[in-house]
Amino acid sequence: MNESELQQAAPLPAGTLASAVRTPTVKIRPSRGLFHLDLQSIWQYRELLLFLIWRDTKVRYKQAVIGAGWAVFQPLISMLLFTVLFSYLAKLPSDGVPYPLFAYAGLLPWNFIAQATSRSGTSLVGESHLISKVYFPRLIIPLAAASAPAVDLLCALLMMIPLMLWFGVTPGWQLLFFPIFVVIALLAALAVSFWFSALHVKFRDVGHIIPFFVQFWMFASPVVYPASLIPERWRTLYSLNPAVGVVEGFRWSLLGQRPPSLETILPSVGIVLVLFVSGIVYFKRMERTFADVI
Amino acid sequence: MAEIAISARHVCKEYVIAGMNHDTLRDRIAHGCRSLLGRGAEKKDSPRSFQALNDVSFHVMEGEVLGVIGHNGAGKSTLLKILSRITEPSRGEVDLYGRVTSLLEVGTGFHAELTGRENVYLNAAMLGMRKVDIDKRFDAIVEFSGTQQFIDTPVKRYSSGMYVRLAFSVAAHLDPEILIVDEVLSVGDGAFQKKCLGKMDEVRRDGRTVILVSHDLPVVASLCQRAILLRHGRVVGNGQPQQIIEQYMSEAFTGTGISLADRTDRYTKGELTVQAITFLDDKLNPLQPVLSGQHLVIRVQYKCHVQKVFKDMRVMVVINRDERTSCIFSTDLVSRTPLDLEGSGYVDFHVPHLPLCGGRYFLHAAIENNTMTQDWVQYAAELQVLDGDYYGTGRMYPHDGWRGKGMFVDHSWRFERTS
Repeated sequence: MNESELQQAAPLPAGTLASAVRTPTVKIRPSRGLFHLDLQSIWQYRELLLFLIWRDTKVRYKQAVIGAGWAVFQPLISMLLFTVLFSYLAKLPSDGVPYPLFAYAGLLPWNFIAQATSRSGTSLVGESHLISKVYFPRLIIPLAAASAPAVDLLCALLMMIPLMLWFGVTPGWQLLFFPIFVVIALLAALAVSFWFSALHVKFRDVGHIIPFFVQFWMFASPVVYPASLIPERWRTLYSLNPAVGVVEGFRWSLLGQRPPSLETILPSVGIVLVLFVSGIVYFKRMERTFADVI
Repeated sequence: MAEIAISARHVCKEYVIAGMNHDTLRDRIAHGCRSLLGRGAEKKDSPRSFQALNDVSFHVMEGEVLGVIGHNGAGKSTLLKILSRITEPSRGEVDLYGRVTSLLEVGTGFHAELTGRENVYLNAAMLGMRKVDIDKRFDAIVEFSGTQQFIDTPVKRYSSGMYVRLAFSVAAHLDPEILIVDEVLSVGDGAFQKKCLGKMDEVRRDGRTVILVSHDLPVVASLCQRAILLRHGRVVGNGQPQQIIEQYMSEAFTGTGISLADRTDRYTKGELTVQAITFLDDKLNPLQPVLSGQHLVIRVQYKCHVQKVFKDMRVMVVINRDERTSCIFSTDLVSRTPLDLEGSGYVDFHVPHLPLCGGRYFLHAAIENNTMTQDWVQYAAELQVLDGDYYGTGRMYPHDGWRGKGMFVDHSWRFERTS
């Protein structure tokens, strides 16, 4: 049968007009425009998001003798190491807080951001078998990979209580701001994840950059030293680092030392928001070709 | 009146073939620098693109089972990926009316470290099922798969059969209104396949809409009400499955472009060759596809390329489907008459009742005598057999038998009561 015959042989069946009135459950169109974000589909798949977070956490600590204990041991060991290196040997100041506590409070958000970055940056490529075989909003993958370390953050946070009792530091009213900084930490982690994971699909170089980037980023953030150590005139530039506001905010709300200046917090939080929104837009734009490129 | 369930209009999909597509950061930076410096003068070759789907339009009514067939590379997978929203069309639009589930693979997202139970939940959630629904169907899923004892064992300790059974069970309990399936029927052992086909039949009888992509033509013939044929990204046939399958198969060999006579992948002396193999019915009219039980004539044409009489030759055809079983037709097996070949001509093998079950078979042909092989071509032809009424009783071969499909054997039976 040739094509012209075919078109005659397949007229629209009766009932087409009637069904034209119905709205399709699923419309498939080539997507256009930068801001076609379709975020409600993520809400539809929220259970899958939770399942994936749960899977990542479960698989991570399966067959490990102390299991989730690692979430606490890692920052504790880093804390001891940093105390010896940076406080005992290098004599770095710690804004009047006992250095171990200072370091641990900084490691909480930092470990979270670092984990989220390194785990979610390669997440799309790691789940390529899913991307080429089943549909769900792709944003779910970096969302899950970046949120899973929040479970570790929670475990590590519990350890903060005995530490504060030991050093005799009681939190003040600033603690009320803590949840806000947790949200900002999450946004920062997601922002970086969206950018890296989407870039990684096309440029595998990203996979090589991430470990190096995370290491560099830590020393560019006030994790082992206080932000007050940075000379005044460089402070604004320094605060463009999205991790600065988060780390400083964590420390202040938990330990209640001298409040960080708004000039440090605001640019940092601003950058987080800019990266977060642009990250989603970039991701959604690249998403169209993920299955073809991956 | 039946309503439309799927409507695809002018769907196109283009792929850019790698090459001009900057694949690494380095290329992109290098290219960026060159154009910045004004040295991007080297001819800007337009990215070569490949049209995987070209203006594909079709519609499926509610409760209809549509088969999609075509050669490898005809665009079947691309079409499936667009319908399942894995990739976007370049142009055109598709509307789906109803909850859609697509199964391009069973067990997508299964994680080896997790237990059977955990994987059921994860996999079902990935296929779009809500947790409350999974809770409701969990017992049925496990029972269907027959893995009750191991449901709390990590799937990495499962046998591959158990793994596939559990994965398929999840898929079988999805309960969608529109189901898009890619050859997932061919999983598991015979008994389980039977269960799966039963499930497919159930889905069909429930009035669900199904799109099935398959190479298994008998399955398409028996399950689908309509079929479409794709060739080079275009719909070239749309109609009754039987008619579309015939169209597909008539293209099957002519489509490859190389005739048997011109093939070079053969063991030959070059003096005497097999020129063509054709399938005819008892009145010597061309026939393809063939039904089980039909009178089939296999015509083997030969040609001598030298002026010489080849004495006492045998012409032989071997038909097989897999590596284990084959059947053989040979001029010297059934008769002692010496066969001398010269010039050109043909040998017709008459098979009064074709004993082959539905399926795709390959023919290998040879011309030889006891001391020397003159010509030997493997995969010389393809024979598509559809399940037919071999015994004339209106009964077909049991869908898979209990040990897969075999051959029809003439038999009779007699009943006698002894006490």
